[in-house]
Amino acid sequence: MKVKFGIIPYLFLFPAILCLLIFFFVPFFQTVVMSFYDYSKDFSSPQFSGFLNYSSILSSKVFIKSILNTFWFLILCVPFLVIFPLFIAILIDQKIKFTNLYKLIIYIPVVVSIVVVAIAFKWLYQPDGLLNYFLSIFHIPPVSWLSSPKVAMVSVALVTIFKGIGYYMMIYLSALMGVPKELYEAAEIDGASGFKKHMAVSVPHLLPTIALVSTISSISALKVFVEIYVMTKGGPLDSTKTIVYYIYEKAFESLDLGIASAACVVLLFLVMTFSVVNILCFEREKYGL
Amino acid sequence: MKHLKGFLIHLTLITVCILCLLPFLWLTSTSMKGAEENIFQYPPVIIPHSPTFNNFVEVLKLVPIVKYAVNSFIVAFFTVVLNLIFSALAAYPLARMNFRGKNFIFFLVLITLTVPFQAIMLPVYIIVLKMNLVDSISDFNGYLGMILPFCVNAFGIFLLRQAFLTIPKEIEEQALIDGCNSFQIFYKILIPLIKPSLSVLAIFTFVGSWGEFLWPSIILTKQSLFTLPVGINELQGAFSANYRLIAAGSIVSILPIIAFFLVLQKYFIKGESEGAVKG
Repeated sequence: MKVKFGIIPYLFLFPAILCLLIFFFVPFFQTVVMSFYDYSKDFSSPQFSGFLNYSSILSSKVFIKSILNTFWFLILCVPFLVIFPLFIAILIDQKIKFTNLYKLIIYIPVVVSIVVVAIAFKWLYQPDGLLNYFLSIFHIPPVSWLSSPKVAMVSVALVTIFKGIGYYMMIYLSALMGVPKELYEAAEIDGASGFKKHMAVSVPHLLPTIALVSTISSISALKVFVEIYVMTKGGPLDSTKTIVYYIYEKAFESLDLGIASAACVVLLFLVMTFSVVNILCFEREKYGL
Repeated sequence: MKHLKGFLIHLTLITVCILCLLPFLWLTSTSMKGAEENIFQYPPVIIPHSPTFNNFVEVLKLVPIVKYAVNSFIVAFFTVVLNLIFSALAAYPLARMNFRGKNFIFFLVLITLTVPFQAIMLPVYIIVLKMNLVDSISDFNGYLGMILPFCVNAFGIFLLRQAFLTIPKEIEEQALIDGCNSFQIFYKILIPLIKPSLSVLAIFTFVGSWGEFLWPSIILTKQSLFTLPVGINELQGAFSANYRLIAAGSIVSILPIIAFFLVLQKYFIKGESEGAVKG
């Protein structure tokens, strides 16, 4: 049956497209445009300055450090966020009792606001706090969790990992439901049992999910901000300053919108690369491509 | 052997669960210690000597946490409502109709998924200022400024588009023959059929909006409009010397969302298995 829809589809799309236009496409192009203007001399009347903002951030030690810090953070988080939740999901997927209770508790950090999680960890990280006490039980000297430039980023990453485990566990659990049961039976006949069976059957079957979790956790790592804002403010000695934190400082503290926009374009570039790979390789079905 | 294996699995999972609750339990413990008890005592004391709710009473008296919660609720609620309406409206033609420019619009919506909000937030901020959607004009404008930039999300459009695609075409064709127009088909026939996906979208949007920190912290100037994450972060400055009150405020602030989660848990679990995940 061929139906002529005329103007109707556009009416349906209108509100969403209008909002995306105002709050997405216009700002998107403005970000790019602003990155070519100099706001530093006169905030209200910016001057066109070509690639000046780009050359100045790329030669800025702090910006380069923020990029390196962001990738250091990514390297710290992503492997754990890929492996831990998989491990937990496989354990929960065994035929055992209380699975729902376990799922529920492990998911709680996901629903709690990151601000509260960061405050809770800040308290655990006190020099005389609970974590150092636990370490002292094992005769490990106290760690300066947030005040040592070497350790601070690891401490921040720990918070991100803590908050993310339940989320990725659920993704793995739903993927595990899709593993054909016959495969397990075949593996059992071949003599594999328990964890070995999972390594042989589930893990290969889950490879696309593992790849998906790697890309989406990388994307959120590139965007990290709140943990850092609440716990370290980018310090000590810029050791936890990431790209988004740099943008925030330049835009809302130094009011240098040109520099901030150039940094935004760099962020845009990094995240879009990961996202495009993610959508084209792992989420085609979800978006009907 | 089999028993040992089961025991080890439970032991591991119980350990993980304790670790997941530990930061909140430690915060709760601190919040229930009275003024006479040293919260920096070494070794730390987990169970307070004489548990008290005084810190909760005091923090609720000093800080309008209930007001923050109401603000969070207003923002999250209307963000959800607008997302449901706009996403459902947009998803329907993308799933079901053929029209000029469909692929182009599809592509535009897809692009928005690849761009992080942080990268475009500066112009969004300027636009919101220019539209007067800020709390310095009026409370109503302040709420709008928190809601409108998030009133539609490509992720929701795609989720609902998938839901529309699973509905058999015959249902619509029959309704057309019976004389329904496109809006009637959409509203009376299709919307009831995609309710499960709508609830999943509603819940994930709600939790996301409820926990949002960066945007409200940038545009809000009036304390009376603070949402919970912004207000709770401010506690750190207000009571830097008193971690008991910070802890009490933090714990109070998470109770509503935990209750929400426990009541609607089955939707959370279903949502993740439907691929309702954001990058």
